Amino acid sequence: MTIIRDLIAWFTDPAHWAGSNGIPVRLGEHVVFSVLAVALAVAVALPAGLAIGHTGRWERIATAVAGLGRAVPSYALLILFVPVLGLGFSSALPALVLLGIPPILVNTVAGIRGTDPEAVDAGRGMGMTEFEVLVEVELPAALPAIIAGLRTSAVQVVATATLAALVAGGGLGRYIVDGFALRQDDRILAGAILVALLALGTERAFTWAQRRFEHRSGRPAVDAWRPAASAGWPGF
Amino acid sequence: MIRWDVIRGNLPLIGAKLGEHLALTLVAVGVGLLLSFVAVLVIRSRPRLAGPFTGFFGFLYTIPSLALLAFLVPFTRLSFLTSEIALVSYTLLILVRNLLAGLEAVPLDALEAADAMGYSRLRRLWQVELPLALPLIVAGIRIATVTTIGLVMVTAMVGFGGLGQVMLRGYNFRNDTLVLVGFVLTVALALAADLGLGWLGRVVTPWSRARAG
Repeated sequence: MTIIRDLIAWFTDPAHWAGSNGIPVRLGEHVVFSVLAVALAVAVALPAGLAIGHTGRWERIATAVAGLGRAVPSYALLILFVPVLGLGFSSALPALVLLGIPPILVNTVAGIRGTDPEAVDAGRGMGMTEFEVLVEVELPAALPAIIAGLRTSAVQVVATATLAALVAGGGLGRYIVDGFALRQDDRILAGAILVALLALGTERAFTWAQRRFEHRSGRPAVDAWRPAASAGWPGF
Repeated sequence: MIRWDVIRGNLPLIGAKLGEHLALTLVAVGVGLLLSFVAVLVIRSRPRLAGPFTGFFGFLYTIPSLALLAFLVPFTRLSFLTSEIALVSYTLLILVRNLLAGLEAVPLDALEAADAMGYSRLRRLWQVELPLALPLIVAGIRIATVTTIGLVMVTAMVGFGGLGQVMLRGYNFRNDTLVLVGFVLTVALALAADLGLGWLGRVVTPWSRARAG
């Protein structure tokens, strides 16, 4: 098992923990890049999802985004922007943002639509404005679903940010891409372990957050984007 | 931006890579279905294993595709096997969950009727449970297929990739047309698989349509 010995040697080599190609820097790049992409995706998808869910209009847009979001592969999206925006951060970021949008949008719409209609009517009966109904009744009820969408989005973005090493240069994917190019198995494996840990950690963290919100609202999240098992993908 | 002469000149390559894409997808979903079926049979006879099994498949599902390929390369090198192990891994969670849900949804009456008629376990599974579970099984195959068509692209990193290889070549040689062709064909393939398997799902279960209509 020389590969395990090589791997331990790789991780304990101080050179791999320092400098611009060190693990802390690459991990930081990966995390900052992913957080930025998810934040931008939320900034687009959340208001749009709230508006569509509340008014019931433009649902076709949500359906179209959902269908395209499932059909367009992340790898294809990443490479697609390179001819237009050139190599680097600037072409990887829009790809990641576009990838992050559909799960949040779909789950926000589904969450709002799934609010108990009697609660909405009660809100209106108490003299709430439409905006108050949205923010004080529908949004809290939809939160578990929104968090579930955010989880899928974040995990997808973290995973695809690995591929972004191909076009953007940074992040933990760098070790894998370089390892492939240099035919260094220890570097490839070290990169794979770091990326897998980050993705699994992201999934765990968001699942935990989702459970907290589910607990508070007293019912499980309706994950319309990634249903547990279903007769097909829902309409939106 | 689109140069038709490039498309004409690369038609043999595009055709071959489209075929490779289909082959990689079919093998992955086929093997995935087979393994999932075995897993489900094991889970049914040992229900305590349901948690660990789906937990493990969920773990595989969460590992980014490039990382999973990277794990395999030191052992299985740049090969068809490497590509398929990764692709099959991602189908398992989807297929097992839908198979289990489909079998659980079979009405108890149907099971009791089959038992009363003296069906053996195997015959009951084959002639009663699986046909009734078919809508959810086909739905699982549909989701797994569309997902796999996208993931096949990433196996371009280990020398396969089907249409992903066309995009990668376009990317390496600064050939925008090839990038676009690879992209459009993959999305078209995914949408076609989605529609086609959705249609198949309705065709193989005429009773569900009768009930709805």
